[in-house]
Amino acid sequence: MHKAIGLAEAVEMIPDGASLMIGGFMGVGSPHRLIGELLRQGRKDLTVIGNDAARPGVGIGRLVDAKVVKRMVASHIGTNPEIGRQMIAGETIVELCPQGTLAERIRAGGYGLGGVLTTTGIGTVVAEGKRQIEIEGKMFLLELPLTADFALIAAHRADHIGNLEYALTSRNFNPIMAMAAATVIAEAAEIVPVGVIPPDDVVTPAVLVDHLVEREKLNGR
Amino acid sequence: MDAKELIARRIALELKDGDLVNLGIGLPAMVTHYLPPGVDVFFQLENGLIGLAALPHPGLENYFLGDAGGALVGAVPGACAFDSAFSFGLIRGGHVDLTVLGGLEVDERGLLANWVVPGKMVPGMGGAMDLVTGCKRVIVAMIHTAKGKPKILKQCTLPLTSARRISLIVTELAVIEPTDEGLAVRELAPGVTVEQVIAATDAKLIIPSEIPEMKLAA
Repeated sequence: MHKAIGLAEAVEMIPDGASLMIGGFMGVGSPHRLIGELLRQGRKDLTVIGNDAARPGVGIGRLVDAKVVKRMVASHIGTNPEIGRQMIAGETIVELCPQGTLAERIRAGGYGLGGVLTTTGIGTVVAEGKRQIEIEGKMFLLELPLTADFALIAAHRADHIGNLEYALTSRNFNPIMAMAAATVIAEAAEIVPVGVIPPDDVVTPAVLVDHLVEREKLNGR
Repeated sequence: MDAKELIARRIALELKDGDLVNLGIGLPAMVTHYLPPGVDVFFQLENGLIGLAALPHPGLENYFLGDAGGALVGAVPGACAFDSAFSFGLIRGGHVDLTVLGGLEVDERGLLANWVVPGKMVPGMGGAMDLVTGCKRVIVAMIHTAKGKPKILKQCTLPLTSARRISLIVTELAVIEPTDEGLAVRELAPGVTVEQVIAATDAKLIIPSEIPEMKLAA
């Protein structure tokens, strides 16, 4: 049941070339300490699945700045000109996916589903090369599940065994990513004793969290 | 009154008390300033909130509460937070009554293109495809022309956002409703003639014999 490990130790588990789901939306709800440590340890050739490339210097944008993202699956990259430059230069491969479809593909990966059927993308470039299935007279697009080697997620509060609670819009992709990766590493703004987070408020149960990053030192303590 | 304010004031009249509404960034977000009295709505953020509010005071930002553009915002009493899969369940599942989005092109069939800006890097569709496909009503808020060129076309030249027909186009010249028969002019902005609308539009328009003047929220 002991989940807590040091930040450096957590990131040492992640090899070059790993596929990572990284929570957050424009950097809100991203695991900023884990991202910083990936950079400090010089990890490279990463596949990143996340909603967006944020901005240069922010969240996933910091990995883009350092040119360590080999492939990215995202719904939006327009706020980060650097990933656009890398994509045009052929340094990075970007797969764009409608945001709701991205969420459902991750959910399908974590929920043991073979895919999702959605009307989003029918009749657009998103449908190119994908199977379309008619159900009761309506056409749906078959979108396939996503999984990853690691999910790097951020929570508002964790307890000592790794139950997670989120705050406001920082929840976003974090809970579904916690279901869809082989190894889940969580960092939390606050860590509290077991029992402090009421059962009804636990969004991600501890059993899904493999490693909980120890807190930062505050005022030397 | 400038063109964008006029468009926002017209669209504000489309919001009904109790609606769940999703506004795009820029011009669509201006609609919040002109809600008629007695119309209380909830604004959804696709990044996971029902109950968006303006930030009450600088210095009270919460780093866990941002909008879809990454700006830090506020929330109303009664707000509710959720994950991205649930958020798009609301959108795709038809639980959002109205979305107001910007447009780059709309064609004669009422199909919208608004996610690839010509000459720029492809930014990604974000939530636009799900919003246009799934919300109960879709209103496009846009300036009628771009650098003098019509944006309401026989056929879109840019990649489509959805194969689903939008509900209404509101520009600084007119309110236009896509129908089975084509694009029908429903209202004209104050001082605008039907000839001006036709001249600024590439698509064929259905022109009723009487067209009322555009109503505007105060």
